[in-house]
Amino acid sequence: MAYPKDYRYTKEHEWIQVKGNTATVGITDHAQESLGDIVFVELPKIGAQVEAGKSFGTVESVKAVSELYAPASGKVIGINESLNQSPEAVNQDAHSAWMIKLELADAKQADALMSADDYEKYVTEEK
Amino acid sequence: MRYLPKSPADRAQMLREIGCKSIDDLFAPIPAEYRLNRDLKVPRQMAESEIIDYFHECANKNAADYALFLGAGAYHHYRPVVIDAMVSRGEFLTSYTPYQAEIAQGTLQAIFEFQTMVCELTGMEVANASMYDGSTGAAEAMLMAVRITGRTAAVVARSVHPEYREVMHTYTQHQGLPIAECGYLENGRVDMADLEKKITADTACVLIQSPNFFGTIEDVAAVADLVHKKGALLIVSIAEALSLGIVKPPVEADIVSMEAQSFGVPLGYGGPYAGVMATKEKFVRQIPGRLVGETKDKDGKRGFVLTLSTREQHIRREKATSNICTNQALIATMATIYLTIYGREGLKELAAQNLAKAAYAASAFAKAGKVLFAGAPRFNEFVVQTKDDPHTINKRLLEKKMIGGFPLGWHYPELGNAQLWCCTELNSKEQIDAAVQAVGQ
Amino acid sequence: MSNKDIKKATQHVNQNEGLIFERSSPGKKGYRLAPLDVPEVDYKKALGAAARPDLGNMPEVSEMEIIRHFTRLSTWNYAIDLGMYPLGSCTMKYNARVNEVVARFPGLANAHPYQPAEVSQGAMRVMKTLSECLLDITGMDAITLQPAAGAHGEMTGILLIHACLKSRGNPRKKILIPDSAHGTNPATAAICGYAVENLKSNSRGMVDVSALAAQMNEDVAGLMLTNPNTLGIFEQEIDKIAAILHEKGGLLYMDGANMNALVGKTRPGDFGVDVMHLNLHKTFSTPHGGGGPGSGPVACKKMLEPFLPKPVIVERADGTLAFDYDRPQSVGRVRMFYGNYGMHVRALAYTLANGPDGLRQTTEDAVLNANYIRKKLEGDYHLPYQSPSMHEVVFSDSIQEQKGVKTGDIAKRLIDYGFHPYTVSFPLVVHGAIMIEPTESESLEELDLLVDAMKAIAREAEEDPEFVKNAPHNTRVKRLDETAAARKPVLRWKPAAAKSAGE
Repeated sequence: MAYPKDYRYTKEHEWIQVKGNTATVGITDHAQESLGDIVFVELPKIGAQVEAGKSFGTVESVKAVSELYAPASGKVIGINESLNQSPEAVNQDAHSAWMIKLELADAKQADALMSADDYEKYVTEEK
Repeated sequence: MRYLPKSPADRAQMLREIGCKSIDDLFAPIPAEYRLNRDLKVPRQMAESEIIDYFHECANKNAADYALFLGAGAYHHYRPVVIDAMVSRGEFLTSYTPYQAEIAQGTLQAIFEFQTMVCELTGMEVANASMYDGSTGAAEAMLMAVRITGRTAAVVARSVHPEYREVMHTYTQHQGLPIAECGYLENGRVDMADLEKKITADTACVLIQSPNFFGTIEDVAAVADLVHKKGALLIVSIAEALSLGIVKPPVEADIVSMEAQSFGVPLGYGGPYAGVMATKEKFVRQIPGRLVGETKDKDGKRGFVLTLSTREQHIRREKATSNICTNQALIATMATIYLTIYGREGLKELAAQNLAKAAYAASAFAKAGKVLFAGAPRFNEFVVQTKDDPHTINKRLLEKKMIGGFPLGWHYPELGNAQLWCCTELNSKEQIDAAVQAVGQ
Repeated sequence: MSNKDIKKATQHVNQNEGLIFERSSPGKKGYRLAPLDVPEVDYKKALGAAARPDLGNMPEVSEMEIIRHFTRLSTWNYAIDLGMYPLGSCTMKYNARVNEVVARFPGLANAHPYQPAEVSQGAMRVMKTLSECLLDITGMDAITLQPAAGAHGEMTGILLIHACLKSRGNPRKKILIPDSAHGTNPATAAICGYAVENLKSNSRGMVDVSALAAQMNEDVAGLMLTNPNTLGIFEQEIDKIAAILHEKGGLLYMDGANMNALVGKTRPGDFGVDVMHLNLHKTFSTPHGGGGPGSGPVACKKMLEPFLPKPVIVERADGTLAFDYDRPQSVGRVRMFYGNYGMHVRALAYTLANGPDGLRQTTEDAVLNANYIRKKLEGDYHLPYQSPSMHEVVFSDSIQEQKGVKTGDIAKRLIDYGFHPYTVSFPLVVHGAIMIEPTESESLEELDLLVDAMKAIAREAEEDPEFVKNAPHNTRVKRLDETAAARKPVLRWKPAAAKSAGE
């Protein structure tokens, strides 16, 4: 699956799409594939503060739990409630199955993350 | 040694094939200075007949055919013979935790039935596959409430079993979780005014027992109202599970922690018993212990598996909901069989008999002492205050092959010479009359 | 692929059986109560608002149906009584029937935990004698039988360490745990308020002693060590490990899960362990019952004795036994009453049936069996660590994985061959672990059947990997959909009407 060009990517395999002062965050197609069938996504409460590089939730498969790391700091202004009922959406289309929306503390913070091309290269090398 | 299926020739052949001269070669990794070069100091190897004799002798030194008036967290009820006939089957007895679902459907389905029955009985939406016992289950329920609420204090009623309270203190002592105690009223129920004072903005949960340690049935709905108004969770602990045959289930609670011993589990000098935890569906990811869920196999056939395992220690390690691994599966199976035998009508009739026996006994004991905590309903236990010291009374009873009620002075000095008596379907009218007579002497 | 290589098992008809609720219908009964000999009481009146209206969906079935129901369910289980159960780290050994018989003697089975000591001497004597046996087996000074399982014992042991260090002025902050440890170890440390620090293994599969020395400091309360470790390897530098801990004031905790490799051959108390638990449901043959009950006695050195859970069993000058509750430094109770007493009875019966010679022979046979399997399967399966094996051996699936066949697949195929699988994917330090613990309870014939089965599966993985990946083929249910079970948990039965209403 192609990595959207307007997203930025972390080494921990999250993506972030920045629009002005807000951003949308999810995990990459590569991440969902290596996790296998996702059965549960645990997300923070609206209003919570997240910090870049720190865990903001977890994603679970049947026999593993993985932390979700925030690509940027900010306040949680939205969570994807539909993942409660259908966590499989992450497996089906990781790049549209977003997890949280952030009001960014620093709109420029995500610029330092990898571009789609860099991430694709990173993933190939990691293999 | 008769359990070992090998001849000397087998052992010699195996050593040859491995390429060892003697068995000692295989123990070479143990540094020589730590190898044990003597026999263990344990009794010599015994024949089966000797083992039987040994334990007969032990068993015969214990009270066996005494009339029993003790409850206090361990209840004597009749155990239908079907229970042992079934759990003695090697397929239940000698199987492991059902991680390999395809060859453990028997255990898995039995636990699924257990979970369903616990939900029906307690009025909760989900139940786990068992905890060690009622006391550790109650402690784990408190830790669960802390995880759910993010608050860090608890209130426990003084009318909760004293040993349960001790276990809660042990479990929470390094969790930064202060436990406040809430008193009881003259009718034996939780002192609501005191409870209201004890609940603070930090209170994660309030834990009460019903029927409580004195046998009094709490007004769970009223306590729940108060607790929920303050944003805390209500945990209801049930030590005498048979009460649920006729007592309204604590549907208002957020977590129910129950001891299932009454359901066909031998007294066995205190264990093994089985704790059960049940809760609302929305809290399921915070429940400790194993859960069995229904699913389908490749061909669409119904089957059962252990599920939501990511809560558990083997996956989440130090972040797990509990460190529990081994539980009380066979005891839960005993309870499942017991509940199947009595079922919808039998549990009600049996519980009603217990209530009738205790009611009769309480009125009879009123002639020999003062029955405390009037004014609130009871199940099969009641407290009697006497002139004489309970230990003196119990000595008198023991001479007549009767084991008297649990002396309360140690845990509840404020009650004076008081004893907690229990009467179940196994206490005959003659026994009760004889006990009353001995107490009144 | 066919089942031509399968010698141990044959498919046979077994009975279908629904849930007990699906058999229920009003008016059926599986009980009859004795008539009430006291005046009847209208419980609804007596209880008032607290009275229960009804018992909902609890079943109503006859005794015959109950017997059939549970017998049929039982036939769907694999069990030690049917054959080898080579689950690594679980010690699934023979559960002697005499243990079950003596545990049911009325004087023991019907004893109330609060009955007076003068009519409980026999019950207490069992605890005392078992304690004495376990103390000599472990080389320790004091013991509690209260913990209900291994993890419960771990908690008790770490609480003892906490209390002891606190009495010396500082309970400290961290517990070191090797990367090969059971998940219960870190979970236990967390409950006891400690942070967990991971300790790496070296290339021989043992604790890296220099790494330990570097990580050990005054913040570390202790090390939780399994010995032999979960790779089945004895920690040969155990004395250095203990010395490093002790030098900086830390304590050495031993997870006794693998004591079946040591009983009668060496004693943890002699090689520097300060506190440890035993799993009576592993080493001492009490039945696992589909997941429990267990029993996890904790044995410790003298210095930890004052902190043991209360009550402690004591022998008076006149030879009578009593419970001592006056233990001001105790960590408190970890369970009500005195532990899983029924397991104490069974463990003592096992010990008496063995005696010192039997216990030693048992350990030797357990180690012999594991090494036999190792020898026979080496080459067919990859052995990641060359260090000698004690009572269990850990292979990996790295040869079979080249064809896409993983440890879980091999395990499932082993079911078709009539065996319970080995422990899958543990310890975590071995990718694709195949962890085999035969125990002493297997004959040479049974071991050879396992070896043949494993070799046949290795061939199948080579020739027809898809067939192995779709195993088991001969069970009454095929691979179950665990993903669906976790995504939409169905944790209880509901009547059809309620089900459709809820959907």
